[in-house]
Amino acid sequence: MFQSIVSYGLAVGAVYALIGITYNVMYSASRVFSFTAGMLGMLGGVLGALFIHKWGMNAVLGFVLVLGCGALMGLVTEILTVRPVLKSIEQHLYVLSTLAFALMIQQVTAIEWGTEAQPFPVLIPIETGTVSAWLDQKFLLPLLACAVTIAGLEYLYRRTLIGRAFLAIAEDSYAARALGLPETRLRLASYAIAGIIGTLAGFTGAQMLLAYFGNQAILSFYGFVPVALGGMGSNRGAVIGGLALGLFQQAANFLVGGIFAAVAVFAVFIVVLLIRPEGLAGAATARRV
Amino acid sequence: MTDTAAPVSQPKASAGWLGRLEGSAWWIVLGLAGLLLPLLDDSYIGVIAQRAYIYWVLSAGLNLVVGYAGQIAIGWVSMLTLGAYTTAALAAGRVGPEWHPFLALAAGGVMGAVAGVVVGLPALRLRTFYFAMTTLGFSTIVTQVALAWKDVTGGGVGTPGPVFPWPFDPGWGFYYFCFFLAALATWMTANIGASRYGRALVAIRDAEVAAEASGVSKARLLILVFLLAGALGGVAGGLFASLQSYITPDAFTFEMSVLFFIAILIGGRGSILGPALATIILTALPEFAAPLVQWSTFLYATLLLVIVLVIPGGIADLLDFKNRRPLEQHREIVTRPELLARVLDRHSEKNTLSMTGVELHFGGVRAIDGLDLEVRSGEVHGLIGPNGSGKTTALNVLSGYYRPHAGEARLNGAVLPFLEAHTRADRRIARTFQTPRIVGGASVLDNVMIGGTIFGQATFSETLLSLPRHRRDEAHLREAALLALATVGLEQLAAVRADRLQHSELRFMEIARALMLRPAFLMLDEPAAGLSAEEIRRLGALIVAISRSGTGVLLIEHHADLIFDICDRVTVLNLGKKLAAGTPAEIRSHREVVSAYLGA
Repeated sequence: MFQSIVSYGLAVGAVYALIGITYNVMYSASRVFSFTAGMLGMLGGVLGALFIHKWGMNAVLGFVLVLGCGALMGLVTEILTVRPVLKSIEQHLYVLSTLAFALMIQQVTAIEWGTEAQPFPVLIPIETGTVSAWLDQKFLLPLLACAVTIAGLEYLYRRTLIGRAFLAIAEDSYAARALGLPETRLRLASYAIAGIIGTLAGFTGAQMLLAYFGNQAILSFYGFVPVALGGMGSNRGAVIGGLALGLFQQAANFLVGGIFAAVAVFAVFIVVLLIRPEGLAGAATARRV
Repeated sequence: MTDTAAPVSQPKASAGWLGRLEGSAWWIVLGLAGLLLPLLDDSYIGVIAQRAYIYWVLSAGLNLVVGYAGQIAIGWVSMLTLGAYTTAALAAGRVGPEWHPFLALAAGGVMGAVAGVVVGLPALRLRTFYFAMTTLGFSTIVTQVALAWKDVTGGGVGTPGPVFPWPFDPGWGFYYFCFFLAALATWMTANIGASRYGRALVAIRDAEVAAEASGVSKARLLILVFLLAGALGGVAGGLFASLQSYITPDAFTFEMSVLFFIAILIGGRGSILGPALATIILTALPEFAAPLVQWSTFLYATLLLVIVLVIPGGIADLLDFKNRRPLEQHREIVTRPELLARVLDRHSEKNTLSMTGVELHFGGVRAIDGLDLEVRSGEVHGLIGPNGSGKTTALNVLSGYYRPHAGEARLNGAVLPFLEAHTRADRRIARTFQTPRIVGGASVLDNVMIGGTIFGQATFSETLLSLPRHRRDEAHLREAALLALATVGLEQLAAVRADRLQHSELRFMEIARALMLRPAFLMLDEPAAGLSAEEIRRLGALIVAISRSGTGVLLIEHHADLIFDICDRVTVLNLGKKLAAGTPAEIRSHREVVSAYLGA
């Protein structure tokens, strides 16, 4: 039991962490919280099952195609739902525009794909599960994806010029524009990257979570909890928070039952944010008058 | 009062009962249609109508949260779920003995009220998206619990809904029950919407800092509204369970929230009729276009996106013909300081408002660096200095928006608390803002009435039921606001939407709002910015008249002429420190001030 709590918990936690990073990447580029993060996770699973399982596509090709769709979704999100409302960001209309878009995609999925959870194909055709339950690919893949994403983002932000441009936009978009950085194109690129990370989370986690349209709402919320608690924009907070959340949920599921787990997560979320609205690691709020 | 040139002395007198009838024509039509619908004797239409009423019971409350207070509560379906299961489980005897259905319904309302407050609490402190996410998370969790807690909810199998006894038995009896409750919800929320509570909610939405300066306690007010909206959601849930006759967690999809939500947005924020019509139409639409049923949520979501991107004001804005009528050009503001005697209390006692040793820094910037300041009754105290010298910050400390790192503020020797801006109004400390903070979509009169919020006597529940004390409050506030508007010379614009006013007029409107408080101290942040020379002269005369009636005035200004004309004392700031203080004559000849700020 201990083994399944840890392996399953960490794996689900890695998916939450990746969704949290998706929120972060979009937020850093635009100061917009986007409801599309959970949608991307859901699409990763559904599209993967569609391409590989239903259409019999090669797993690698299907994987690349899913990430491509994710990037495309990111671009559409930016152009359709973020850019038009960015001018009056203090009205928070992006909450509604991104929610509306996410719901539209979710509904199309529900109608075209079905509302039943469907199985996701085994990606690597070897019986890893028999060697040791610890090495089951459905648990390893999300963790691997999470590690690769973190390493990739670190490399991008710290070592490349374009990554520094991302950071400059995140820090102060006015100053960055004054320096001549192409803010719009960088924002588009960020949303594409977010699309890739979100679908990656859904794709690698789908052997556990299945290809199910309802994952959208679950991932939207549980992916947001770690970033809200860890402080918006902090990827470290998202990873630590995500893994901790996954472990806690699994432990509670096994030990005291699902009702308690759900209620406890929600209670912790509300109480922490009421005490520290900026998150456990976030900075205090700025001046407002 | 659609005519912008109507004189101040006849508020709504010309409208009379006929005008009032015209205003409620839509409601009368809706009411009659609802009452007479059973004559059709079509039970299918009856069921659709019952569903629309039930949805509206919930949406009426949610309308105050979303449309008025501007809180993005997207998961309010959770209240429906909670109310439905509470009512159903109690009435079926799944928890203890069987409850009478009406008692069970009431319990559903109480449950909704409690949940409304729990979900609403984060809105008091959290940013918009966080709150939206909290409501969404809550609705996810309620459904998960409903699935898992099989003893009470029946899990995925479900549980039968309550059956109300005669005369509200299923069929037309139950129809009239739903109709009656929907009408009641409409009436109650309309009472709140048109009261000082409703105006304060809108002010929280569009001009939060101004609402606080007017003495609106955001926390208290929002909790009351969440309580009401939760209770209505819970009652709607109980009715819903009875209408469905059998409920499972599947019946409460998140998509229902979207319907409630967009009905409010389509109808227009700050309107009651618009959302009511939109709820009815959106509920009925898929029923009459069968192929749409499957795609209805998709269409709602598309509609939401279109509204947000194309007409954020909703249909109410599109239909607001009254405010399309052109205003008179070249308007002139003619102040009438002689009315001040009726606007203000005469303060004979001497008050002092002071701050000592105040230090405040933002990051590495020392905005104020050890400042002492004292304003006395009956004086105009000028606060001048270069940009960034800390004038506005000093005012913000005095009015309680910031907590300084050192030092304190006192009123007549009593320490003033910081970070509780809404407590200043009770102490009769009023202010205006450097950039006018107004509710653009509300009339000038409504904007000014917000300033008198603390003088309202009626409690929330008295207002809910429109009891006499509430109606007296409204009459008094209205009269006072018209008088204040006449004093600053804006009475002709009382009925106009505030966002149609010129910048200079907004400055005077803010002064009128501040005067509503009958202030002992009035703090003005660059009131002359953007005014013509003649308007500045009138403003000066008005400020002097205000101070002569006993109010202490703190005046931040860049117009040196105005400062030296009307101030009794002047403090000069530079880099957060006091550079000089004294009479205008002393300051004028102060060498450092001349070289640092005034110029030779």
